[in-house]
Amino acid sequence: MLSFKEQYQRGSSYVHRLDPRIKLGCMLLFVLSVSLLPTAAWLSYGLLFVSTLFIAYHAGLGWGYALRRSFVALPFVLAAIFLPFTLPGQPLFSLGPFTASLEGTLRLASIVLKSWISVQIAILLAATTPFPDVIWALRALRVPATLVGIISFMYRYIAVLGDEASRLIRARSARAAHSDRRSGGSLLWRGRVAGGMVGNLGLRAFERSERIYAAMVARGFTGEIRTLAPPHIGASDRDALIGMITFLAAVLLLALFV
Amino acid sequence: MFSGLLSVLTAPELLHIPDGFLSTPVALVGWLLAIILIGVALYQTRGQLGEKQIPLMGVVAAFIFAAQAINVPIGGGTSGHLLGGALAAIILGPWAAVLVMTAVISVQALLFQDGGVLVLGWNIINMGILTAFTGFAIYNALKSILGNTRTAVLVAGGVGGWLSMMVGAAATAVEIALSGTSPLAIALPSMLSVHAVLGLIEAFITVGALAFISAARPDLLEIGAHAPARSSAGWVAGGLGIALVVAALSPLASPDPDGLERVAEDVGFLDTALEPAYNLLPDYTIPGIENGVVSGIIAVMLGTVIVFGLSYFVGRLLGRRVQV
Repeated sequence: MLSFKEQYQRGSSYVHRLDPRIKLGCMLLFVLSVSLLPTAAWLSYGLLFVSTLFIAYHAGLGWGYALRRSFVALPFVLAAIFLPFTLPGQPLFSLGPFTASLEGTLRLASIVLKSWISVQIAILLAATTPFPDVIWALRALRVPATLVGIISFMYRYIAVLGDEASRLIRARSARAAHSDRRSGGSLLWRGRVAGGMVGNLGLRAFERSERIYAAMVARGFTGEIRTLAPPHIGASDRDALIGMITFLAAVLLLALFV
Repeated sequence: MFSGLLSVLTAPELLHIPDGFLSTPVALVGWLLAIILIGVALYQTRGQLGEKQIPLMGVVAAFIFAAQAINVPIGGGTSGHLLGGALAAIILGPWAAVLVMTAVISVQALLFQDGGVLVLGWNIINMGILTAFTGFAIYNALKSILGNTRTAVLVAGGVGGWLSMMVGAAATAVEIALSGTSPLAIALPSMLSVHAVLGLIEAFITVGALAFISAARPDLLEIGAHAPARSSAGWVAGGLGIALVVAALSPLASPDPDGLERVAEDVGFLDTALEPAYNLLPDYTIPGIENGVVSGIIAVMLGTVIVFGLSYFVGRLLGRRVQV
């Protein structure tokens, strides 16, 4: 069934207490640096990976926290799986009529590792920062206020509409003997049943949005979402940002010269 | 073989590119393009919705997010679900749909790590912007041809939903190829063939949803007599344009290896695949390769501009407004 599991892990560690703007900025810089690394920069990959373990440990999440959840991007490896065979170079091994090249294999391994490290740092941000704080930090990164408003509204109503979707799915399960297996008609029929549920959910969402809007106007809403004044960025926040930038620059430099 | 392997996955997941699979220049171009288009969308919807913008589109974004949880069993233990770009565009108009899908895809990336952060620009373009504009243009083109009846709405919505997935899949394949992650000769046919089948789920759910809405709130879809009369030539042209783009791509999906190699050589992707296009320093890249990447990026940008320009232009001619 539906699981809108909260990613945030309550805590009061140094990482948790950092300003969300700093954390979001660090995460973006980290992912950008991973992306900039060339193929087969193993030492740099290793350092970045160790740094994610380090952050996870210091956030009180345990060493393996991000590791355990980092397999979400794995299926996409299929998109690159043929690289060893399509990239010409020094032959490494043969699989039937196809010969894998060393260059292609290294490239595939690099892509998978880089993707995996990027996912881990994104997991760490979500685990140590309440999502409303992330949304608030987006505003500080100059994301337009309207878009931030839409995202924060969406986040607020995910659980409400998720519950409605759950009830629709439960009703379907109650009426169909096996909703998870092939039963009860063709793919077209099953698709249209799900479509009816989606249409139903959509109409409820529209009508709900009209009621919400009316309630907001009644309370003085003029189209602007107001937020509290941002707190000051403290010394420890600055330290974290400068530390992260220094570390990433060192990792990139290492990849250039080693 | 590749398609068989891929079909164990469900359709929309395959369009969520994770970080690492696109090269840095390609990813940054995607961000640039997405920022421009989202900016236009914000401006357009402010004019149409005013202060209703945030509550309406926020709740609709939550709806699309929740609707993606409604699964359709395909068989063999797998199931597919809606992506929703085409459906959102049919109900809200393309610009509002762009904002709704941007919110959905951003939350998926930031909160659930479903799709990457650096590649978020392309994910928004592939799954939000291209699907919305394709779905919207095809829907309106077919509705103009078939007449404004309930059957026409369902057929037009189904075809629009299917084609929106194809366009999104083709764009994803081209971006992967540009990044040197997979040759276009493999990425494009496999993505298109997988989504030709899995796009049916998108089509069926879109049809089902439109059938429900047309029965309960026909005013939202402007079906029947109270819909304003409008010229149909623009929609026919826009729809034909997109159909032509897809038709032009379809030879690339041919399993004939000669054809594939030829196409790959023509477009210059074999060259791109020879050496990593991404390098820490731009000076490192060999001139010929860089040209291959640049021309490829320009091709993607042009493709995006074409799909979206066609639908936007005809949309303006008709002056469609959101009526919620």
